[in-house]
Amino acid sequence: MIDFLNSIIVLLNFIIIPGISYGSQLALGALGVTFVYAILRFANFAHGEIMSFGAMITILFTWFFQSQNIGLGILPTALLALPIGIVATIILCIISDKFVFQYYRYQKSVPVVLAMVSIGVMFVINAIIRIIIGTETIKFSDGQKFIMKAKQFKIMTGLNEGLALKSSQVITILITILLLTFTFWFLQKTKTGKSMRAFSDNEDLALLSGINPDRVVFTTWIIVGVLACVAGTLYGLDKSYKPIIYLNLVLPIFASAIVGGIGSPFGAVVGGYVIAFSEIMVTYAYKKFFVYILPSSIEPTGLVQLLSTDYKFAVSFSILVIVLLIRPSGIFKGRVL
Amino acid sequence: MIKFERYEWLAITIMISLFIFVGFIQGWSVSLVILNMCIISAIMTMGVNISWGYAGVINFGVMGFLAMGGLAAVIVSYPPITESWKAGGTGIGVSFILLVILVTAVMYINKAVTDKRNRYIFNTIVIIFGILVIRHFYLDATESIEDVNPAIAGFLGGLGLPIIFSWIVGGFFAAGVAFIIGKVALGLRSDYLAIVTLGISEIVVSVLKHEEWLSRGVKNVIGLKRPVPYEINLQNADWFINLIAYLNSSKLNNIIDVSDRQQVLNNLIIDGSGIFVKLSYAVLFLIVMFIIFYFANKAQLSPWGRMMRAIRDNEIAANAMGKDVVKQHLIIFVIGAAIVGVAGAMLVTLDGLFTPSGYRPLRFTFIIWIMVIVGGSGNNLGAIFGGFVIWFSWIEAAPLTTFIINQITVGLEPTNALKLHLLESVPYFRYLFMGLILLLILRYRPKGIIPEKVRHS
Repeated sequence: MIDFLNSIIVLLNFIIIPGISYGSQLALGALGVTFVYAILRFANFAHGEIMSFGAMITILFTWFFQSQNIGLGILPTALLALPIGIVATIILCIISDKFVFQYYRYQKSVPVVLAMVSIGVMFVINAIIRIIIGTETIKFSDGQKFIMKAKQFKIMTGLNEGLALKSSQVITILITILLLTFTFWFLQKTKTGKSMRAFSDNEDLALLSGINPDRVVFTTWIIVGVLACVAGTLYGLDKSYKPIIYLNLVLPIFASAIVGGIGSPFGAVVGGYVIAFSEIMVTYAYKKFFVYILPSSIEPTGLVQLLSTDYKFAVSFSILVIVLLIRPSGIFKGRVL
Repeated sequence: MIKFERYEWLAITIMISLFIFVGFIQGWSVSLVILNMCIISAIMTMGVNISWGYAGVINFGVMGFLAMGGLAAVIVSYPPITESWKAGGTGIGVSFILLVILVTAVMYINKAVTDKRNRYIFNTIVIIFGILVIRHFYLDATESIEDVNPAIAGFLGGLGLPIIFSWIVGGFFAAGVAFIIGKVALGLRSDYLAIVTLGISEIVVSVLKHEEWLSRGVKNVIGLKRPVPYEINLQNADWFINLIAYLNSSKLNNIIDVSDRQQVLNNLIIDGSGIFVKLSYAVLFLIVMFIIFYFANKAQLSPWGRMMRAIRDNEIAANAMGKDVVKQHLIIFVIGAAIVGVAGAMLVTLDGLFTPSGYRPLRFTFIIWIMVIVGGSGNNLGAIFGGFVIWFSWIEAAPLTTFIINQITVGLEPTNALKLHLLESVPYFRYLFMGLILLLILRYRPKGIIPEKVRHS
């Protein structure tokens, strides 16, 4: 029985909790990508950089607050700076729309052209970030780092395996729940949300019913800005902030959005968790787990690892390819393309 | 034959004069280094341009195909490591044969089993079982290979042939990978295809990074043989010394003192050998570029090229006229990737080393795409022009930015924090330039600087 509990704790500590927090970050990112896809109808390659920009502004203001000795006690100061980051990200989104994307929207350009344009925007934002903050790795989480340390847990329960709970993970999960609830409430219940759904479903019909497209697009960018900034900051808070990571993060985010069914917000969230869990589960060495759960006579000798951790990123694309082959519209029927 | 318009001649003149300008300002060595990379970029751009410009097939997997070309350079030119082959050769061979059997089995199942559901189940069972069996042989073999002298070897080595063959082999390697990708992904809509090819190229690079028995992975392969002479051999060769002495005879004759003259000659020889090596590279690369340019143009003007444009402009109509759109898309995707693979092998040849961790999408996929868009998709000269201009500005952005920053902040003290910070971040301004160039071109000249010629028949 004790062995069984131990094995469960191993799974919780190394797979489930990291999976949920990484999945939440991916889900928020994928939700942003899906919003742009559903309303503006292009694949936004700049999304990773928008996330990075939000995180950067948050970091700058975190530093400012820290220098002024303003803090939140046991919570990270970044939470205090987050609203400012969100506002800045929204402004960035709206500026890039006004100066860049709007022209192509009015021209009714094909999606590929808009994707190219978003690559241009990606380069520009990328440069701005590097010029302002450099390329170094930045750790900006302060306050209490752990809610529960592995050792505390061991003493508390008397088990062999520890369960560590980082405060950044808990914050990630709580904020994600809050934000997702709000987003879905907004889409389902408010008039603007309904008009957005109508616009995404059938643009011409929506225009005929008197929906103002500019207003819909404006609202979309606001939501995208909020989601991107929060996702970027949470990722930076959980791991550490490094500009180049966000470029690599774009691909798992796209994978999540497509796997879930692009254009479908609920699908994007599910896709985020699917990608996160498969990345972690495929590359985790299960030896410890099997040592606990199997009788010692048939214990495994190797690491019992499906793929080495080097292939973490490759896993998400393999899933993407498999899903596209078997079910091109994603798990939850998104827009069929 | 190929005829150029006046503005095309202008573009060619601009390209040539840029290098002469840099040659006089920053030295001929710098100019030739930039020129070599420009030629390679131009070849990559032509590869992308063939699939995107001719047929509208998007290829964001440039990085992966380049890496495959690089792998070919290693496999062709590195001398074979017999100990590694002894240690793990059989294991690798057995796993390769098993892999072939597995693939045949899957293909057989796909043909024999008609029910879709049963097909998935059978395939899954066979694949999982097959992978488990292969892993058994494969892991042992790779481990023993990687244990052979890990500091200098630890991989299988190559064939020990002249590296120039790898340019062709690189094309075939990239084409092979492209064939598999195309079979899987070409049915998708263009922006999906972009994401999928980008992802698969990421997978290709991560395989090269971590399969150390094949490519030495992150430990890199260094000291690849060159197709051109080494500087040190040139400096000792009589004909080269005579050549330099002859070229600079007027300058040397003015110096009366014998030891002084010898000193000047030695310096000239050292400089000259470096330039000679780069020049030989440039000649080799130019030959490849012209061959590809010639055939690409021929193909574009041929009935096949016309069919490709028809497919690009209206897929449904082309299909209705009896053209096999899927097959042609696959063909052109593979051809484009093969050309990129050739460029990848040339890139590794030029550097003399293979560093899988150096393949990053920003540098090797997106920049190439900027070259295509800026140059003008659907026009081969445009592709070359884009490759030259973008690579040139990529390199020259740093000195230019330093100059501009110094001009703007001239009133500030040299220790001013803002000025120092700006000067520190000079390398990042090139991304800003690239983004702005792309955005401006897409906005004001969406067909590129040298647009595709509209042909009426």
